[in-house]
Amino acid sequence: MNAINRNEQRALARAVLEIDVNNHPGVMSHVIGLFSRRTYNVEGILCLPVGDGSCSRIWLLVNEDARLPQMMKQAEKLEDVIAVRRHHADHAVFSELEDFFRP
Amino acid sequence: MTETLTGAQIAIRLLERQGVRTVAGIPGGAILPIYDALGQSTVIHHVLARHEQGAGFMAQGMARATGQPAVCMASSGPGATNLLTAIADAKLDSIPLVAITGQVPRAMIGTDAFQEVDTYGLSIPITKHNFLVNSAEELLEVIPRAFEIAASGRPGPVLVDIPKDVQMQAMEITDWPAPGTRQMPPPADALAISEAAGMINAAKRPILYLGGGVVHSGAASVAVDLANKANLPTVMTLMALGAMPVDHPLSLGMLGMHGARCTNLALDECDLLIAVGARFDDRATGKVAAFCAQAKIIHIDIDAAELDKIKNAHVGIAADVQEALERLLPLVSENARKIWVDRTDALKRDFPQHMPDLDQPLSHFGLIRSVAACLDDEAIIATDVGQHQMWVAQGYPLRRPRQWLTSGGLGTMGFGVPAAIGAALAEPLRTVVCFTGDGSILMNIQELVTAAEENVNVKIVLMDNASLGLVHQQQTLFYGERLFASQFKASPDFIKVAQGFGIAAVDLDTAANPCAALMEAIARPGPCLIHASIDVQQKVYPMVPPGAANRDMIGA
Repeated sequence: MNAINRNEQRALARAVLEIDVNNHPGVMSHVIGLFSRRTYNVEGILCLPVGDGSCSRIWLLVNEDARLPQMMKQAEKLEDVIAVRRHHADHAVFSELEDFFRP
Repeated sequence: MTETLTGAQIAIRLLERQGVRTVAGIPGGAILPIYDALGQSTVIHHVLARHEQGAGFMAQGMARATGQPAVCMASSGPGATNLLTAIADAKLDSIPLVAITGQVPRAMIGTDAFQEVDTYGLSIPITKHNFLVNSAEELLEVIPRAFEIAASGRPGPVLVDIPKDVQMQAMEITDWPAPGTRQMPPPADALAISEAAGMINAAKRPILYLGGGVVHSGAASVAVDLANKANLPTVMTLMALGAMPVDHPLSLGMLGMHGARCTNLALDECDLLIAVGARFDDRATGKVAAFCAQAKIIHIDIDAAELDKIKNAHVGIAADVQEALERLLPLVSENARKIWVDRTDALKRDFPQHMPDLDQPLSHFGLIRSVAACLDDEAIIATDVGQHQMWVAQGYPLRRPRQWLTSGGLGTMGFGVPAAIGAALAEPLRTVVCFTGDGSILMNIQELVTAAEENVNVKIVLMDNASLGLVHQQQTLFYGERLFASQFKASPDFIKVAQGFGIAAVDLDTAANPCAALMEAIARPGPCLIHASIDVQQKVYPMVPPGAANRDMIGA
């Protein structure tokens, strides 16, 4: 696949997924594997434990794609996924981190 | 009563409590504690496969024949990697399987220890779920849960990787967890059910499209009731064969790449497609845009992710298909639907499945029908993968759900013999026939000795064309007849091979009376290989060329 340059990347519509999961080793592989096997790039990943640490929340920044609804259904099927929510790309979770990602 | 048990003993006790009575596997260093405990079990019969893939397919054969989760076992490293093909096959065909693998001790994980491989990571994309067990205590939760996951919702394989030190860890145990069982999904949406009923009642040219989910959910009989009540001509996927008896007046048989012309032509004319436990697989639909292009679609599936995946449904119902069909049935009105049924009958008359040389027991269809003539519907019919598989799908009179065991989604050559052994172990009163080819059988030929050891009632019908028939066919049709790597220059003497492995063998090529020899071989208890040479020039017809619309079939 041709690499797309940064400006083209920005022009693409984005979506933010918020995924509640059980917190144990392997969960991230289960979730991300759904994207990588479909050559569906994940642009940003954030994950931290929530509350007492038995659950985590994964935030994914992904490109808008016709496959996104199917991806969400596949993610919902995973045993360790509790809930999947979709947000617009302007969600604060990634934009507030931009300071940490200056070239 | 409080007992002190090791993780291995706990694992075996949990399998016993699940009702597991047969497991297939191969021991090795990292699973020896479990095998030591298994050896002490008085209720579980262990079947020693000769390759872990064979063990995986034996478990699949048990699961496919009974519908209950079945268990296979392997050691770490190569044992686990050898299981993967059988696990992936179970995933694509939604077969409930619990695979238990040994792993190196936790302290050595990640050190590239002897026979260490990342079994957990390798199995993520090919299992429904997987576990890497961290303590003996965790087994009490993980093993019942593995069975529950394998059997619930859309069934599938679950892998449990158990490090050797966890197997040896001792703990006190007083209370045992309840066995894991199938959990039912929420009931089908009432509004959607009534909407679907309205669409069926209003349809002029509906077709019922049954998939493997109908067999898995035990919905075959209610599906036939629905078809009868509303006079719905019915097509089946490869996985659903047997759900409706093939000679039922409303049956249009198998659809898709190797479906009969009448089947695919009828689908082209339908105005409503009622998809039940089917997933619009590319081998069934052909070019998707041209599949039932004029039809509205009702799609009922237990897996919500299947709805709108390939084709958008006008009514999508995520539910157990048996429950949904039982609710749909009273809302659907009786309807003779004479014009449409007459039309599909005319298509069946004008464009039937062409089966030449049925009276020749050494032709491909003649052999299949001769085998069928020796058996009743109680028999189980397994296949390997290739031309023989499609001919059996087209030509064998399948009449009962779970009569038919075949590798559909993954299309794994080597599936047939071990799956047939597993089915025979699970259903010892039935005769199990495995149709295979000379390409497929060599991919798990070692399990013939397992068949001999277990003395299973498996009849292996080897259709030998000394080639990889479907590859040969595609090269002939689509690659300018440039035959390459599809014809075997050397072939083993399969009769001697079978006898060498300790099972009886009959060569129909040299039999004075092939029909009598076949009948005698099938009637004699125990494993037997029945060899017959077939013509390499024979094709599986009709055929939808890859990527073409189903209406554009070639051949007979």
